[in-house]
Amino acid sequence: MFDFLSDYDDPTLLGAFWVTVQLTVLSAIGSLIWGTLLAAMRVSPVPLMRGFGTAYVNIVRNIPLTVIIVFTSLGLANIFGVTMGAPDDFEAKAFRLAVLGLVAYTAAFVCEAIRSGINTVPVGQAEAARAIGLSFSQILRLIVLPQAFRSVIGPLANVLIALTKNTTVAAAIGVAEAALLMKEMIENEAQTLLIGAIFAFGFVVLTLPTGLILGWLSKRLAVKR
Amino acid sequence: MTSILYDAPGPRAKRRNVLFSVVFFVLLALLLWWIWQTMDEKGQLEWALWKPFTTSEAWTTYLLPGLADTLKAAALSMVIALPLGAVLGIARMSDHRWVRIPAGAVVEFFRAIPVLLLMLFANEFYVRSTGIPSDERPLYAVVTGLVLYNASVLAEIVRAGILSLPKGQSEAAMAVGLRKSQTMSSILLPQAVTAMLPAIVSQLVVIVKDTALGGVMLGFTELLNTRSTLAANYANVIPSFIVVAVIFVVLNFILTSFASWLEGRLRRSKRSTGAVLGADKVDDVNAAEVGGTYGTGAGGSI
Amino acid sequence: MKLRKVSAAAATALVLALTATACGGDDGGDSNSGSGGGGDKIKIGIKYDQPGLGLKEPDGSFSGFDVDVATYVAKELGYEPNQIEWVETKSADRENALSRGDVKMIAATYSITDERKQKVDFAGPYLLAHQDLLVKADSDIKEGTDLNGKKLCSVTGSTSAQNVKDEIAPKAQLQQLGGYSECIAGLQSDQLDALTTDDAILAGFAAQEQYKGQFKLTGLKLSNENYGIGVKKGDTETVNKINDALEKMVSDGSWDKAVKENFGPANYKHEKAPKIGQIVQ
Repeated sequence: MFDFLSDYDDPTLLGAFWVTVQLTVLSAIGSLIWGTLLAAMRVSPVPLMRGFGTAYVNIVRNIPLTVIIVFTSLGLANIFGVTMGAPDDFEAKAFRLAVLGLVAYTAAFVCEAIRSGINTVPVGQAEAARAIGLSFSQILRLIVLPQAFRSVIGPLANVLIALTKNTTVAAAIGVAEAALLMKEMIENEAQTLLIGAIFAFGFVVLTLPTGLILGWLSKRLAVKR
Repeated sequence: MTSILYDAPGPRAKRRNVLFSVVFFVLLALLLWWIWQTMDEKGQLEWALWKPFTTSEAWTTYLLPGLADTLKAAALSMVIALPLGAVLGIARMSDHRWVRIPAGAVVEFFRAIPVLLLMLFANEFYVRSTGIPSDERPLYAVVTGLVLYNASVLAEIVRAGILSLPKGQSEAAMAVGLRKSQTMSSILLPQAVTAMLPAIVSQLVVIVKDTALGGVMLGFTELLNTRSTLAANYANVIPSFIVVAVIFVVLNFILTSFASWLEGRLRRSKRSTGAVLGADKVDDVNAAEVGGTYGTGAGGSI
Repeated sequence: MKLRKVSAAAATALVLALTATACGGDDGGDSNSGSGGGGDKIKIGIKYDQPGLGLKEPDGSFSGFDVDVATYVAKELGYEPNQIEWVETKSADRENALSRGDVKMIAATYSITDERKQKVDFAGPYLLAHQDLLVKADSDIKEGTDLNGKKLCSVTGSTSAQNVKDEIAPKAQLQQLGGYSECIAGLQSDQLDALTTDDAILAGFAAQEQYKGQFKLTGLKLSNENYGIGVKKGDTETVNKINDALEKMVSDGSWDKAVKENFGPANYKHEKAPKIGQIVQ
């Protein structure tokens, strides 16, 4: 029943899921950084930055991820010549572009999660910080964001899970991750349901522990008030 | 708008803000100029590529039918997923284990699997066990996949919303003699839905966007799918993507605007959102809980 | 009280959404089903996005060699053109569409292979195509081996690029994109060096007005692709009928006419009409 799996060696099933994991981890780190910056912009005193942050989030969030990913390849790479340091290595280029697209997209959600986290920090905290003369960036870095992060671990875990599943869209520009392999298998074998079940199981294995661990962590780290 | 994160700017801060604004503006303008320039260089701004979008045929043959399918699938999924999500969310908080545990399992399971796979399964299921005609089937499969996934996410949003309400609400309801179902339907749920509206709306936006997944493998003729047919005709891949992206942005903008109008009408007091930005005091609500739940929608719904 | 308000508002929203989509939905349905007048319909799977083979035109009609062949065959089977319901069958979905009975037959650049023959039956072949390369008009790629170190594009899930890499140019770099139009856009902006798939498909794109003169086919015959008409496994009766129809199409000159009409503008040097049942390996 599963013997067709051994026909696939470039990549293997595990290899493809390993690419999925790499996509997820790198995009998660990138979107956490970019998302935090966006959130900082959205609450910053400079009106233009606030406007940019708001516009960015509202535009990017409303475009299907497929469009964004394809854009990194067709638009950024082909038109604007952004090669991500790998002009001649296609696999690396597609992979990095996919990470870029995932970061651009996921960051909008990270930004909103963090912003809602900022909202949970009691007003007194920021007021006290201002009273002792801290600047905006100091307030954000030292007082507000550390508390905000701890209260949004739950939502961020959801973003991470969604990101894991969203890496499947990278197949659209030929990143050899799980969904691409699945597509190939489905085209070549006549067992759509079995193949689908295998890959569904793979994703459950990846996402369920993430949810459980981070759920536990968010309870442990929650700011008790 | 004043924020409590920073003082009202004095003369020095004002100068600094202006400086930042100018630098930021220049960088942004440079970026946009570079984009425009490069697109021009590569011939992407040529009128021939954009002209098709001024003809009625491009819209009536490709884009509008695609848009209609996108809207149809999205609307159906919303109509089904919203009540189902509420039911699942409430079931997960049931006092009875035999209700709570299955509901929890369903929610966790469907949240863990990529929507595309759910759609594939649904399609296969409809092929094997129902007589739905083949031209309707992609729609059914897409809606089923979207409903299963989004109802699970909505369930979590609703549950979090209810949990974020002060205990006093349900205690008071019990004190005046309401039954559990009455407490839920006339006290807790209305408040939870109002509080969670932003999260719910961003989930609805997700539904609209995710209809696009059905085009890839199920041949559902939604907007992105008809776009590829259009691009094959007019040989304008990049402009077609831009146009479709704009359509999606406008569509979702309408949806979110409608929702925030609704939110404004429903929300009498400024609770739970905008503690910092709205410069209001934080209620007796467990702040972390609210943040978590509010964020579930804002962040978790991709 | 509040709940009632919420639900009222929600209901209003839903009704609005539904009516809006209901109207829109009708439009979509109409344009898809065409204007058939009475009698049974036949569903035929084609491609919608391949100029010269199967293309949905701006006016909603369909054009291309596959479409012409299918129309002719349908007529021989007793269906007038207005009784044909065209269905888009993407490459990955062709076997499933047949085995489910979604479509009666598929004429969508469907190469007859041993693997596929295990799942579906084929009539034909009705065209012999070859895997080829599409390159820029001024490109210096002439041999398959020239592809070493070059960037080669193909469509996601297709095996043609992998074949080139495995057998001809092991150092070629593969890029897989969602559609041929995307590959060509990359070719146009010099990010890619070649696009590989069947020459009949490539010729159709190269002949498009917007691309005219920019690209050429290398004329390498990297493989033989026998296009057949796919039919549900075991439906020998239909296979025989289609084969008869295809033979007639060749003998009465309709085949030549269709080839000229569809491939003429592309300057595609097509092979002679293949003999039914004769698969060129």
